[in-house]
Amino acid sequence: MNSHRQVVIIGSGPAGLTAAIYTARANLEPLVIEGEPSSDSDQPGGQLMLTTEVENFPGFPDGIMGPELMMNCKMQAERFGAEFLTAKVTSVDVSSRPFKIETTTRETFTADAVIVATGARSLMLGLEAEKRLLGYGLSTCATCDGFFHRGFEVGVVGGGDSALEEAMFLSKFATKVYVIHRRAELRASKIMADRAKANPKLEFVWNSVVTDLVGDTTLEAAVLRDVETGEETKLPIHGLFVAIGHIPNTDVFRGILDSDEAGYLKTVGFSTYTNVEGVFACGDVQDHVYRQAITAAGSGCMAAIDCERWLESVHT
Amino acid sequence: MSDNLLTLTDSNFDETLVGADTPVLVDFWAEWCGPCKTIAPILEQIATERSGQLTIGKLNVDDNLATQARFDVMSIPTLILFKGGEPLVRLVGAKGKNQLLEELDRYL
Repeated sequence: MNSHRQVVIIGSGPAGLTAAIYTARANLEPLVIEGEPSSDSDQPGGQLMLTTEVENFPGFPDGIMGPELMMNCKMQAERFGAEFLTAKVTSVDVSSRPFKIETTTRETFTADAVIVATGARSLMLGLEAEKRLLGYGLSTCATCDGFFHRGFEVGVVGGGDSALEEAMFLSKFATKVYVIHRRAELRASKIMADRAKANPKLEFVWNSVVTDLVGDTTLEAAVLRDVETGEETKLPIHGLFVAIGHIPNTDVFRGILDSDEAGYLKTVGFSTYTNVEGVFACGDVQDHVYRQAITAAGSGCMAAIDCERWLESVHT
Repeated sequence: MSDNLLTLTDSNFDETLVGADTPVLVDFWAEWCGPCKTIAPILEQIATERSGQLTIGKLNVDDNLATQARFDVMSIPTLILFKGGEPLVRLVGAKGKNQLLEELDRYL
């Protein structure tokens, strides 16, 4: 694999793959460092790899499965010559040109331009018991693990669209799904909230947070605290799914690229320019507002165009 | 498909694992699991690269509920390494190739 590239794209969700399609069609022969497989962090294909049906991506009137959509995008990028490396980036050096990128496969690449599309990952609860029970009743992927809770009661933590989507998916298997939310109202969109409230298997547990998990080798119960009264109760459940929000994957860019207080990368105006000339950011890593597959894809396209024009301007 | 990639079922599971010449890494997977699909090509590469040292057995949890229940699989992908029919180590969740090899090579 050629170690010098005009463009290296880090990340392979909708943003990274759209940037790959556009830069490949512009003959920039991009290398996409797509990430490494994981069930509890970022991964090749991004967050859509952990979903089922995507109903709101334009062009698919009957919906499309998240993993299938991402596989299609990857094939589309490969068709125009994008190359893929299954690895994570361990360090980025933008102090001199060309930029230097090191990976978990112990390879070093240099690049004239870098497009950062590392996305965001699910936040966990931050409990000690989490490490012990992840994969043993505690899960970050309802579509992967819902199947194993047929005939049991489960819980979902969170009150946004992702939480409700998981809860409704789980209601196909579980006898009851408790939706545990720290507020007294949902943060989700109206269409999702209406569907969830109409689902007879869902039971909402308002004003509650999970403070501990019970079970040595498999999950037996969650300890809930009522945030208003402080009262703690034990909720016996066979599975618990966490959907309480996201955190941007910006660890390797800390101190290199400007970010906001929550860690999201800052871009200049309506562009995808970061504070380092030649480094562009797109998708959820720089967007905590919209966070949709289609907006990520759109900003991936913007990054590719910004990148192409910038390369032209420095090469002439 | 590589020779050291087997399809396991509820009915051939014990027989195959006890009779295997090498340790067998059983991949509990399903069609609807995104991360399972992500690691499938990695497992095929490992099957080829560790040929003669390791066999990989694919077990579809949809079609083989008894084996899934017997090993209390509650999350997929789950990989369990068996030697002489006995489980040695269990890896839950999708992992990268280097990480998998690091975990597996100490048993091979």
